[in-house]
Amino acid sequence: MIQMKNVYKKYPNGIVALNGLNVEIAQGEFVYIVGPSGAGKSTFIKMMYREERPSSGQMLVDGKDIAKLKNRKVPFLRRDIGVVFQDFKLLPRLNVYENVAFALEVIEEKPQIIKERVMEVLDMVGLKHKAKMFPRELSGGEQQRVSIARSIVNTPKVMIADEPTGNLDPDTSWDIMNLFEQINSTGTTIIMATHNREIVNKLRHRVIAIEGGLIVRDAAGGDYGYED
Amino acid sequence: MCATQPEVTTAMKIRTFGRHIKESLKSLGRNGWMTFASVSAVTVTLLLVGVFVMIMMNLNKVADDLENDVEIKVFVSLDAEEDDITELEEEISSLDGVESADFSTKEEELTDLVLDFGEELSLFEQSNPLFDVFYVKATEPQQTETVAKDIAALEYIEDVEYGEGKIEKLFDFLNAGRNVGLVLILALLFTAMFLISNTIRITIVARRTEIEIMKLVGATNWFVRVPFILEGMWLGILGSIIPIGLVVLLYQKITEFVQPRLSGELFQLLEFSPFIYQVSALILAMGVFIGIWGSFMSIRKFLRV
Repeated sequence: MIQMKNVYKKYPNGIVALNGLNVEIAQGEFVYIVGPSGAGKSTFIKMMYREERPSSGQMLVDGKDIAKLKNRKVPFLRRDIGVVFQDFKLLPRLNVYENVAFALEVIEEKPQIIKERVMEVLDMVGLKHKAKMFPRELSGGEQQRVSIARSIVNTPKVMIADEPTGNLDPDTSWDIMNLFEQINSTGTTIIMATHNREIVNKLRHRVIAIEGGLIVRDAAGGDYGYED
Repeated sequence: MCATQPEVTTAMKIRTFGRHIKESLKSLGRNGWMTFASVSAVTVTLLLVGVFVMIMMNLNKVADDLENDVEIKVFVSLDAEEDDITELEEEISSLDGVESADFSTKEEELTDLVLDFGEELSLFEQSNPLFDVFYVKATEPQQTETVAKDIAALEYIEDVEYGEGKIEKLFDFLNAGRNVGLVLILALLFTAMFLISNTIRITIVARRTEIEIMKLVGATNWFVRVPFILEGMWLGILGSIIPIGLVVLLYQKITEFVQPRLSGELFQLLEFSPFIYQVSALILAMGVFIGIWGSFMSIRKFLRV
């Protein structure tokens, strides 16, 4: 699904974020990305959905070379990738249903399909009964569920989550993790950057640790390994 | 789900277009005062453009009319006998580029003068100081000078006069006016475009998150851009309504007032139709153009898609 060979990323300000990274992630895997702040985690994540492109090296996502992908082809790559953020990024003027439907509307999906799919995913994240409510009327956990619903409504092959539990209390975080497990069980690859030691240590999956732009540890069922 | 069907999504669907139109109109209302400011700027600009075009086109028409009417006045030498005059008339008429040559005796000339300047001149009837005259018209206004020179070379010609210089002066004046007007209009166009691009920038900033999500979930770049382009276009179109209305009304009044007073004169204003509709179309086209251009400037700067 994702292959990186000697991926090197240097920003215009001279900072080297990735220093010749090699990794392979298979379809259906659940991977934690851990490491200290500023170690290159964000760049690594952003490269998956081509928010950043490698300065050199080869990076394949779903068989497409990210470095060579033309700008106008990027939207079509992103339709196969769902992204979830720490701050949810919901649209305050739209209700729950509309926020999820938005993801399909802007890729010009048929109205009939939009209706079906949105109700389906809202049911899955357990928010069908709150479809008419607005983000401000929801708890943080519920808002994150909406954003997860939005990211999977287009049935992507990969879901990328950047600190999805960063703003949530422990109980709510576990609810979200259960949802991720469920999504992963349908064959969706999940790549999750996190600082949550408890989750990584309890819900064992492959752990990739990035420090100084390099992978320093890559273990199936590994532990968090940091003391923060 | 439809990632493998770019051809379906690149074709602009009617539903999508409806969505874009709705979004762009909503944004106009949301931007309130900025919308008002840019529409006003466009209005002022286009009004000046309209009036300017109206004036310049009419001055051009008048100049053309006058140019077409340039006559050569040929003074016949006093030595010429009646036979010589008849011969001269034939000679002039047979020259290249001469359309017509009308003879007028010095008595007729004096009568005309008396008619124009009053009875006091009639005392010259005892000893008429005028010459017999031929009024010659060239087939093409540009040939006037050549024809005049050819005539001057003939026998029994005292002098040849034509409106040399006058038309050129009018054209010089028109050119100068045009240049000053163009500079003024360019400056105004720039201001209007700047205001439009500012309005669009506000829309873009207000919708940052929305745009970010659109891009994340795979909306095409055109899908993201089109609402902003439409919003700019609306600003341009709204700004052209008042100028078109005023220009039409103004020209109607002008033609109503001027046309009867100019009947029978050498020059005429341009007919109301189709001229004023052409001017209206030009105003609308310029409105749309500066609107779209203005939004493109902002899109390029603030929307990296």
